[in-house]
Amino acid sequence: MSRKNLSGIVQQKGTQHVVMRTLLFLTLGVFCLYYLIPLIVMIATSLKSLEEIRAGSLLSLPQKVTFDAWTKAWSSACVGVRCDGLQPFFWNSVAMVVPAVTISTILGALNGYALTKWRFPGADIIFALILFGAFIPFQVILLPMARTLGVLGLAGTIPGLILVHVIYGLAFTTLFFRNFFIGVSSGIIQAAQIDGAGFFGIFFRIVLPMSLPAIVVTVIWQFTQIWNDFLFGIAFTVGDSNPVTVALNNVVNTSTGVKEYNVDMAAAIIAALPTLAVYVIAGAYFVRGLSAGAVKG
Amino acid sequence: MSPLFALSLFFVYGFIAWTVYISFTKSGVMPNYTFEGLSQYERLWATPRWYVALSNMFVFSALFIAISLAIGIFLAILLDQRVRIEGVIRTIYLYPMALSFIVTGTVWKWILNPGLGIQNFVRKAGFEDFTFDWLVNSNYAIYTIVIAAVWQSSGYAMALFLAGLRSVDDEILKAAAIDGAGAFRTYFSVVLPIMRPVFLSTVIILAHLAIKSFDLVIALTGGGPGYATDMPATFMYSFAFQRSELGVAAASAVMMLATVIAIVVPYLYSELRGPNR
Repeated sequence: MSRKNLSGIVQQKGTQHVVMRTLLFLTLGVFCLYYLIPLIVMIATSLKSLEEIRAGSLLSLPQKVTFDAWTKAWSSACVGVRCDGLQPFFWNSVAMVVPAVTISTILGALNGYALTKWRFPGADIIFALILFGAFIPFQVILLPMARTLGVLGLAGTIPGLILVHVIYGLAFTTLFFRNFFIGVSSGIIQAAQIDGAGFFGIFFRIVLPMSLPAIVVTVIWQFTQIWNDFLFGIAFTVGDSNPVTVALNNVVNTSTGVKEYNVDMAAAIIAALPTLAVYVIAGAYFVRGLSAGAVKG
Repeated sequence: MSPLFALSLFFVYGFIAWTVYISFTKSGVMPNYTFEGLSQYERLWATPRWYVALSNMFVFSALFIAISLAIGIFLAILLDQRVRIEGVIRTIYLYPMALSFIVTGTVWKWILNPGLGIQNFVRKAGFEDFTFDWLVNSNYAIYTIVIAAVWQSSGYAMALFLAGLRSVDDEILKAAAIDGAGAFRTYFSVVLPIMRPVFLSTVIILAHLAIKSFDLVIALTGGGPGYATDMPATFMYSFAFQRSELGVAAASAVMMLATVIAIVVPYLYSELRGPNR
């Protein structure tokens, strides 16, 4: 990716070069601050006491570090009428995200495999229709989905929410795997077919083991999307079954009592930690997912 | 295999059909399947709040897309100058994309609150008369959503442009350098025109994010003050789940879908038709 061998572009000599490089790094540094300051403010505020927040200023670092806000956000802050902190809702999100990501990834792999390696009449049209499903504003399916979940007896439950995430995540997972499989040679698959292997035999024994990169990208994308979802969470769950994003919003907007900004910030960090951790650990795959979601069909 | 395709297409297109049909009925609190024609659309377009939501969407989208594009291109070009710690900087620029809009909204609500946020900070620094109350000012609250959204998504635009810059053929750059074009000329008259497809897809993605924006509005302003920062997505939600006016909610959802179709379908069509045929 580097351009080491490139000569010419922005390569002046002497003082002008030094000035330009300094300016370049200064600008880049200013933008680093721009992106980082909200995170720093969030962490600093969460470690302050309420008195210190009122007396101090937005950007000051905590004089006396206290983890009280964190303990409260995790286990005793009031979400609506229930005062057990974010903890139960955090586990709701975990219980939702694990099956939803697993199922939607497996089904997406099957879809992508069928669309590329078992070409059938109309495969292109079906792919175009599925692809458009990735772009629809979900408002347009909220009402029928709410009724369907009611009919299925899943209204307001975590399994119901999992179902919704699997269905509307399929467009993305199918897209990722389809784009991956289209670059994979069909030779091995044809050879396996000649040897008498069937659709699922080939899928599990040959296709799945070699699609590890696509699986990683898809899992990270789905995890981030589903963990961060708010619309489905607020529309299809109630109270005790809320995911952590909905609970965070409720903590922040609880109007009773004193406004505890430090607890709000600690709660926000708790809700953000899982996806931030994934980003820090597997950033390259995250970026690949972002750009795969962006371009081409 | 085909049952899976059939089922997933049904959940998208069957449900869209249901919503479209409901928008032509007189459904109120409960769905009512008697065909009524355009009366829900007449009610929708007679609702002042809908006009607020629409104009907010246009103002927000225009500013959000323009500023994110500008920052994205600018940072991508800077990062393309063989910066040694590029990986670290890129990670910093892009991390807000990993956050939920609810988290972003919560943080910016704290930073922008007039009592203890930026306004207080600047006042304490000696500027006693400084006022920055956009968050609670109905004329300016929509711009706070732009501020938070740009913070979250401009790094994404940067990443897309950087990938685009990296795919520009080195030979072309060398040729421009041999012809004596400086850095600015090279970027403006050679590189950026080549990247037109990247521009297009970035704009489409940002526009699509803007039209669907719901979480950030709820977390940052709750649509308020009053309904000053309402957008079609929050309008639809509130008519569907709080005011139980299913018909109007369905009609507004259909308007949103139509907007997305107008933007996305030509793009997808050209993408699918283009290179591989």
